[in-house]
Amino acid sequence: MPYRAHVIISGEPEPTEAVRVALVDRLNALGLAQEIEVLEASDVTVAPRGVEMVVYPEGVHYVKLTPDDARLIAEEHLYKGRPVTRLMFQARKVERLPEPSTKEVRVVLRNVGKINPEDIEDYIAEDGYVALGKVLTEMTPEEVIEEIKKSGLRGRGGAGFPTWLKWQFARRAPGDVKYVVCNGDEGDPGAFMNRRVLEGDPHAVIEGMAIAAYAIGAQQGYFYVRAEYPIAIRTLRVAIQQAREYGLLGENIFGTGFSFDLEVRMGAGAFVCGEETALMQSIEGKRGQPRTRPPFPATSGLWGKPTNINNVETYANVPQILLKGGEWFASMGTEKSKGTKTFAIAGKVKRTGLIEVPLGITVREIVYDVGGGILNDKAFKAVQTGGPMGGCIPEQYLDLPVDYESLASVGSIMGSGGFVVMDEDTCMVDIARFFMEFAQEESCGKCVPCRVGTRQMLEILERICAGQGKPGDIERLETLGKYVKMGSLCGLGQGAPNPVLSTIRFFREEYEAHIYDKKCPAKVCRGLIEYRIDPNLCIGCTRCARNCPVNAITGAPKQPHTIDPEICVRCGICAQVCPVKAVSVE
Amino acid sequence: MKSLEELRKIKERALLRRQMASQGAKARIIVAMGTCGIAAGARDTMSAILKELEQRGIADVTVTQTGCLGLCEYEPIVQVQVGDQEMVTYGPIQPERVPVLIEKHVLGGEPVTEWQIKQ
Repeated sequence: MPYRAHVIISGEPEPTEAVRVALVDRLNALGLAQEIEVLEASDVTVAPRGVEMVVYPEGVHYVKLTPDDARLIAEEHLYKGRPVTRLMFQARKVERLPEPSTKEVRVVLRNVGKINPEDIEDYIAEDGYVALGKVLTEMTPEEVIEEIKKSGLRGRGGAGFPTWLKWQFARRAPGDVKYVVCNGDEGDPGAFMNRRVLEGDPHAVIEGMAIAAYAIGAQQGYFYVRAEYPIAIRTLRVAIQQAREYGLLGENIFGTGFSFDLEVRMGAGAFVCGEETALMQSIEGKRGQPRTRPPFPATSGLWGKPTNINNVETYANVPQILLKGGEWFASMGTEKSKGTKTFAIAGKVKRTGLIEVPLGITVREIVYDVGGGILNDKAFKAVQTGGPMGGCIPEQYLDLPVDYESLASVGSIMGSGGFVVMDEDTCMVDIARFFMEFAQEESCGKCVPCRVGTRQMLEILERICAGQGKPGDIERLETLGKYVKMGSLCGLGQGAPNPVLSTIRFFREEYEAHIYDKKCPAKVCRGLIEYRIDPNLCIGCTRCARNCPVNAITGAPKQPHTIDPEICVRCGICAQVCPVKAVSVE
Repeated sequence: MKSLEELRKIKERALLRRQMASQGAKARIIVAMGTCGIAAGARDTMSAILKELEQRGIADVTVTQTGCLGLCEYEPIVQVQVGDQEMVTYGPIQPERVPVLIEKHVLGGEPVTEWQIKQ
């Protein structure tokens, strides 16, 4: 008779034998010996959890078993077909990604949602650590850097600096002790690309860092991950531990004498710590503030030693490049921007979420083909790329290719991959105010133009939105923006005016409408709108008056109602509850 | 990790493990083996199913069990799912009905409607 089920048992020899004997005895007693095959294996999983058992075809995984448990499993699961839930290993559910659309290409995200991130063998099954093995046994550090150069990979944290050049600077910097650092301080509002990579495919990043360490001659690496990502941190720690157990981190990796180990450091929620010099200050236990460059981290970084710092996504690309060759990677993208890029699409599109597309794809393709078009089929107004330091790209640039240079040419940046789509109902002045508020709050205060300048810019924007804009405000914003950009040390201050300057550049008429006509064309800014009830449409149902939180609406039942603009707080509830759409916004 | 060879072996092991977990079975036969099912003779039904599959040399069908379905009066209950088709619940299925069930539904793809439990 064929076996209808297989049981694989593993664990330390002695307790395992006791469990096996108990199981086989009970199977014999139940007359199941001919139907169920019991096999022993050295290890069914990576992190041993006592005596373990996996029952196929269901694939039910039991852990920490005693002989009594084995008898129970024989009776309940194998005889009666009721898996014993309390003995089962609670594996983390792998959160899947939706099927990619035709324009998407997954390189960085290839394993995310596909493999179990807490099982190193699942990564190895996808050719994991083959690139590291190849690099250590067959290539010199110079050859590694040469391959990265061929690939054209540029920093995915936003600035787009050629990765090979960064590595070469660190390689050539004198010194015995060098470090590699992974920047996982993803702080842009709405961005979660790096989080998904760390949570879904941590070993790709670890492998990328180990390769970088070999290339520059480092033996120690640091992951800097923000504390708001607890699952990513836990996954990373499990992954690092497993890599150590498999000898892929630690001493003498692949028998080559190369040694490398990693530590995780948590960020405490300061946006500025995503800036490389501030990040390294933070790792050293100091207050996270940027410093002047040069010296660049490649010559004097962590604890004054040569340091290579790259973003999560940059490292995640590295193993694939060495596995498939630099030419393969360079075959994707544009002339100067190679490969793919992950974006977190948010805002007014039908399909929001995480995507990965080849660089050089147009804004239109991302919004309409990948994102599925504008929500409720409204009109596209702009897209904001690069997070709070990026700019807004208007409709006339819908066919702009998304690459480092093209985005910069219209006053925006690639950034780490934020992609916020706005429709006709979005007020660009209000958006600029929102991002300026973020930048102002996150300014570390070291550079006066950033600390004071962003405050001044925010106050002007708040005034404009409140309907108290004055002639000359636009020009003042432009001047201030210029000075803040020029007088700040790091990307935060240099980029903070971008949302304001780019919206002034492309939507100046909206600013003018706010200041001179006291109108908000998108009808968003509360200081500039007024709710009115059309007396011809109002049926006097009293619903608006009853729902008004400030009692600004008066009127007798069955008679047209009126709103007192002096009391009204412009919350819009009356418009939502009106059954005949008699409330309009002016 | 000492060599690429060692890494390759781990990869093979991992692939094998993955394959076992998601074995591409053509059909699934589920026997209800609650106390009610066993009392009604589900063990004999199960043995008959395994024997029938062996005799016909069918290897790509998995046989698993489940507990009481709350339809104790129909025991022994057998559920059959072929490919992506909807699962069909049969009962009662005594050993002598097994060959026909396997012939018609599992191999032929046509549910045996007269034995089907209808809601």
